[in-house]
Amino acid sequence: MIVRIATEGQYELADGERASLNELDNEAVSACQAGDEPRFKRTFTNLIDLVRQGQPVGDDDLRPSDLILPPPDVSLDEAKADFSGEGLIPG
Amino acid sequence: MPGLSGRMSTVIKAKISKLLDRAEDPSETLEYSYQKQIELLQNVKKGIADVVTSKKRLQLQEQKLRDQVVKLDTQARQALAAGNEELARTALERKNVAQTELQSLDTQVAQLEQQQEQMTASEQKLRTKIEQFRSKKEVIKAQYSAAEAQVRISEAATGVGEEMADVGLAMQRALDKTENMKARADAVQELEAAGTFEDLTALGPGEDDIDRQLRQLSSSSEVDAELAKIKAELGAGAAPAGELGAGTSGAGAGAEQSEGQAS
Repeated sequence: MIVRIATEGQYELADGERASLNELDNEAVSACQAGDEPRFKRTFTNLIDLVRQGQPVGDDDLRPSDLILPPPDVSLDEAKADFSGEGLIPG
Repeated sequence: MPGLSGRMSTVIKAKISKLLDRAEDPSETLEYSYQKQIELLQNVKKGIADVVTSKKRLQLQEQKLRDQVVKLDTQARQALAAGNEELARTALERKNVAQTELQSLDTQVAQLEQQQEQMTASEQKLRTKIEQFRSKKEVIKAQYSAAEAQVRISEAATGVGEEMADVGLAMQRALDKTENMKARADAVQELEAAGTFEDLTALGPGEDDIDRQLRQLSSSSEVDAELAKIKAELGAGAAPAGELGAGTSGAGAGAEQSEGQAS
């Protein structure tokens, strides 16, 4: 599976990692909803680290990602706000 | 109940679908996607230029703040030499605010620098992907039936679209950051604009809102310590018994020292 870390790039991970990814992802969401910043940072850092262990996808590879993670420096408030910003391509 | 990555994927995918709006005729979609990609690459370049411009403006403000710190320090010394301790204190309080702002501005400009580098790298990556898309589209046009071409095109276009949406996100974040910094720096500059020596002498007995805010903002013990230090350097006689030296050993020591020098 291909996972993108927003503002960083894509990584290819073994399908077996899906479960641990999901677990950390849900943990991050629950910390986010509880407004627990230290726990959110810790969990989210673990999540990013796990993805970075994958194989970086080449620049000339056009495959889309299966999952997209928020940027590594995401704040709790940004995570809460669901990334509703406009960005390059107006939504 | 999607997780963070699920929600993020949804946001990005909504943006990509805009790119793939016209999907009836495969050959048209190919050309349309490619055109759109080239167009958006120009936007990315423009976005990077905007970040650079904002950064330069902030660096200019940094320089002004630096000058202000030197100026306020000189004013504090002049005021103290002239025996006007109240004026010296006000100058030091303002210097304190300017210094604090300068430090945070420094950190933020460094962060911006890093973001600019990342965005330039992303632009390169995006350029490579678009180039790849261009050669792939020729192959698809030549080799595949309309139905199969459709599938392959939309996958490739989604891949490029995702990269674009991502660069767009990075750009938005960098620009938001510069906006915040700019607003902050502007506010401080407004405060500092009132901090000229002439204005200080014209303040008179009453204090305005800015002064009260400044007092709250600046750490008074730091100001006391610095006041005492300048006094010591100037050898400007004993400190008044009142507020000075109330809790700061530095101020006490400074006062003793100046007494010693005076006698």
